[in-house]
Order: sequence, then structure tokens, then C-alpha cells
Amino acid sequence: MSNARTLFEKIWDAHVVVAESADTPAILYVDLHLVHEVTSPQAFSELRERGLQLRRRERMLATLDHSTPTLPAGSDGERPYANDEARAQVAKLEANCREFGVALHGWDSADRGIVHVIGPELGATRPGMTIVCGDSHTSTHGAFGALAFGIGTTEVGHVMATQCLLQRKPKTLAIHVDGQLPKGVGAKDLILHIIGQIGVDGGTGHVIEYRGPAIAALSMEERMTVCNMSIEAGARAGLIAPDETTFAWLKGRPQAPQGAAWDAAVARWRQLPSDAGAQYDREVRIDAGKVKPTVTYGTHPGMAIAMDAPVPAARNAQERRALDYMQSEAGKPMQGTPVDVVFVGSCTNSRLSDLREAAGVLRGRRIADGVRMLVVPGSEAVRRDAEREGLHEVFTAAGAEWRVPGCSMCIAMNGDLAQPGQLVVSTSNRNFEGRQGKGARTVLASPATAAASALAGRIADPREYLVEVAA
Amino acid sequence: MQPITRIHSRTAVLADENIDTDRIIPARFLTTTTREGLGRLCFHDWRYQADGSDNPAFPLNQPQASGCAILVAGRNFGCGSSREHAPWALLDFGLRAVLCSEIADIFRNNALKNGLLAIMVSETEHRWLLEHPGIELSIDVRGEFIELPDGGRIAFQLEPFARHCLLNGVDQLGYLLQHSEAIGAFEARMGEAA
Ligand code: SF4
Repeated sequence: MSNARTLFEKIWDAHVVVAESADTPAILYVDLHLVHEVTSPQAFSELRERGLQLRRRERMLATLDHSTPTLPAGSDGERPYANDEARAQVAKLEANCREFGVALHGWDSADRGIVHVIGPELGATRPGMTIVCGDSHTSTHGAFGALAFGIGTTEVGHVMATQCLLQRKPKTLAIHVDGQLPKGVGAKDLILHIIGQIGVDGGTGHVIEYRGPAIAALSMEERMTVCNMSIEAGARAGLIAPDETTFAWLKGRPQAPQGAAWDAAVARWRQLPSDAGAQYDREVRIDAGKVKPTVTYGTHPGMAIAMDAPVPAARNAQERRALDYMQSEAGKPMQGTPVDVVFVGSCTNSRLSDLREAAGVLRGRRIADGVRMLVVPGSEAVRRDAEREGLHEVFTAAGAEWRVPGCSMCIAMNGDLAQPGQLVVSTSNRNFEGRQGKGARTVLASPATAAASALAGRIADPREYLVEVAA
Repeated sequence: MQPITRIHSRTAVLADENIDTDRIIPARFLTTTTREGLGRLCFHDWRYQADGSDNPAFPLNQPQASGCAILVAGRNFGCGSSREHAPWALLDFGLRAVLCSEIADIFRNNALKNGLLAIMVSETEHRWLLEHPGIELSIDVRGEFIELPDGGRIAFQLEPFARHCLLNGVDQLGYLLQHSEAIGAFEARMGEAA
């Protein structure tokens, strides 16, 4: 047996408080606990009922994102919540944070935003950490070489009271991405392509490590897009080894170490990548050169294909139901399908680079008549940066709506939603039935594809627009 | 939590694969701040028609599904969002067990922590169960087997600690709190390393 370990194993080993045995799972220490309004109230209530305190409140980072309106407060200062429950849920987290002494990046904070966008922005997410949140897209933080995964509300309570979780060690799956992504094809196309290949349960029970030249070439934002959707392949978490790109991105962030502590941290982080000869339980190879602008045609993220490829025929009753729901036609490509709504946002694609990508396509053009387009930045910081560059003007001049940060139409619980039957080209991560409103039909796509589709009023290849810009 | 040793019931079947937690409880109902009363929202957009009446096409609305505590579901049940509202809703709806060839990780974990038996069986047995809705099953948690009407058995495996907690009504948070000293020692070591 060699001593070579994977990135995952190194992080796991460093956080085991009590090792697992045949009878009991490991007790795993949690470095950072992210909290939002939807999955925390019952956990705070449990703590209160049992007379327990938070073990390490300084290891918690809380924000408001899911139930929050994305239209600004009215002149009376009232925020336009979708309903009283949404307002009460936000008030509950504010009250819980006050009572338990948790730092809340709330309405009055310059940092508020989608929890998976602000963790990295603040430098709270760092290589080698264990990070959890009552939210399945916690896998996003794996882009930094952190072991980050979603948990349920009972476990949120466990972490609050003990800073630990009971965990069985998951298996490892290496996804090697060889070659280079073609021009005009991005990280979102790549991850949709990967899920299309391995399936929505292809990663169940595993932690994925994305490796290879095409991954190393990605920016941090693109790595976050890839890791974000690991859960859509059923994986526990997704990881990318930290490298110079990671360190450069983190340096100088508010919660990143400084001075000598920074140098020491980087020296430690350099030890994290998987050793040569480390063994994975499974390995998959993907050729980046074959990836094209990719979209979904069904009702889960595994039903993804190149937009110019024919929609595959249904193999069973339920695929037939999915095609019926989507009104997708077997044998015909998704490209050209009429579009009603376009959403650019969510923890998958709401960072500055995503907004630049969409704006690059839209600049100087108008979206098609009858199309409604919503652009929702991932955080207040993204909003500020985008406005400084004038991106908001590009969007509004094109006829899109520029909103206040939040999850918005990704989960459609704040009142931002599509009507039954409407087709939404969305940069979010889930195309489940009804996810963006009852009866709404979701097509997942990259920001560039979303923008091109808004212009054309049909699902369109962004490369056609990018070529014109370059000329 | 109450100890759970045996569940006896007829089965109801939802054969669709990849039934995600958004389908089990749509996101717009997640503004709740309690665990209670989610049963009436369970499978909401599948179960009810636009006018609020029962959708006759929803399998669990069939008369023969009424009172069934064991659900046999298509592969990869519970995928998607980590919301624990999904097992809360299923339990409040009256279900006590979900049988499937593959169950999404986070959902399975959440379910077992709430006393909803999320049990994986082999593909062959799964297919057989899907094809035989309405049969009487008896799930034995201690023996880790499902007893069929003819006395035949389907073996399954639960994670040993989850099984121990179900059988003895163990409070997992209480178990973790017993390790406070080890956690403190770990934090002290970690402080030195940093
Ligand atoms: S943007 Fe969507 S996926 Fe991300 S945290 Fe919000 S609701 Fe979840």
C-alpha cells in the first residue's frame, strides 16, 4: 500500500475528531458553517428547547438570500416580500442571530448576497477547510479545495451545538477533463456536459475531484460554476485542487490571512493537491474539446445535450413525461425553441464574470419583443462592481431588469417566477418540474447562451453574437 | 425519538425515477419556520389540480393507496435540494418507509435521522416491488429484512449506527455532545497547528 493520498483524503484526515468504526461513523470537525433563513429556524428552535448554546459562533456566517425580494424597498422603506411568511422567515433569522450572537450579513450589510457567492468573496472559504450549510449547493466552495457539502436541518443543529457532524467516509470519483474548451464554450457548458455523461446519480456516494488541464485552465469563478453543480450528479461534494489561481484570487480578501500568516497558509495549501499515485474509487475521462454550448431538454440536469444536437427519443414512460412537460420534440434540436423568460443569476452563474459574459453578448442590442429578462447579481459586491463597470446600463438598455441580489428565480420562493407553460432559459442549476414556478419549463444554460437567447427570442448559440463583437 | 423496530403496511408505488425534493415539497412552501403540518403540502403540485381538487392521475390519490405507510419509489428518490422539509412532509403525510434501489445521499441521511426508513434494495427486488403495488410488507429493522406475504424475505442493510439509533431511539445530538471533551482537545490541537 502506498501512502499517496487524494486531496479529499487529506482534508478528511485533518478533520477527524473521532475515527469511524464498523459501528459508528466518524465525528468530523466543521471549520465554517454557512447559514440562511430557510433551513435554520428549526435548528435554532431545537437549541433553544434543549437549552444549548452555539459551540463556535465565530465559525458561522449567516445571510439572507432565498426568501428576499429582489426589488428594492419602497419609499416607505418597506421591502416587497412575496408574502407574510417570507417576511416572517427573514425576521426570524434576524432575531435568532441577535439572540445567539451570530454575525448576520443582512439587509444593512454591504456584503449580503447568495450564501455561496459571499463565502468566497469574503475569503471565508479557503483551501483545506470543511464547510457545511443547510443547502445542497454548498459544493460550490469545493472550487477552493475545501471539502464542502450540504446537510439537513437536524445536522445544522448538530453543527451549531458541537461544531461537528457524524459522517461515513464517502468514496472518491476523479473526473479528468483533458484538452481545452473551444472558444465560446464555458464552464457551465462543461458541467452540463459532464452531468449529461455520468447522469444525475453518477456521483451518488462519492466526492468528485475535477482534474486535468481543462480544469486547471479555469478561473476561480468558472471552477465555482463546475463544483456548484456536483450535487446535480448526486455527488456529496466536488473538489478542485488549489493552485496559483486560487491563491491569487484569495489574497487580500477580508477574511484571508495576512502577512506572515498568509505565507504560512499558502505553504500549507500547497501540500493539499492529490499525491502522484493516489487512488480513486472510480475515474471518468471527459474530452473538453468535444463540448459545445449545452442546454437541458428535460426535467433534470442529466437531460443535457449540445443545443444543436437532436433531442434523444424517450426510453421510458418518465422520459416521455419529461419531454411532454418541456414540450421538447425528439429528433429536433433545442436550438431555435421560442423563449418567454431569461434568467441570469443564482449561485451557479451570478458572479461578475458571468454578468460580463451576458453583457458582452447584449451590449448595444435589444432583447426580442415579448421576452422578459431578469438579471440578478449574486451579491451586493457583485452589484457594486457591475454598476461601476456600467453593466447594469447594458442590461437595462437591452430591455432587461436589473435587480437586487438574491436567489430569485433559481428557486422562485420570493415571488420571482415564471407562469405555467412559459419557457425559461436560466443560468441556474435545476430544471425540475415547477422549480421556477408551477408549470414553468426550465432550460439550463450558460450566461452567454441565456443572453443570446434573449436577443433572438429563441434558444440561440452565443458564438454567433461573439463573432460579430470581435469583428 | 421513538424506537422503531418494525413497520407493517401495504405498499403504494410511485414508479417515476429521480423524484426530487422539489416535487416532494415545492420550494414556495419552504417559508415555514417549524417542522409541523407539512403533510398537506406533500407532493402538492402533483397531487392537486389547479382548482385545488385531488388529481385523479396521482397514484397516491387512488383509493387503494390510502393508509399505506410504505412507499416504493423509482430509482434515485429524493435527489436535488437538501431540504429536510421533504422527510418531514412525507412523515406527516403518513409514510414510514421508502423502498428504492437507490436513494439520494442527503435525503437518505435526513430521512433516517427523522425515523423515516429510507431503505435500498437490489435492482431485481426493486423491480419486483414496483410491479406489485398494494402488497403487505413487514419491515424488520433489527433483522434487516422485509417479509413478503408468502413468507419470503428481502434482505437490506442499514448503516449500522443509523440502525442502532432507530432501534434504540438514540438522540444523535446527545451522542455528539457526549464527545465534547474530544472535540475540545481537537480544537486545542488545531489552534496549535494554525
Ligand atoms: S441560488 Fe439557487 S441553488 Fe443557489 S443557494 Fe440560492 S436557491 Fe440554492
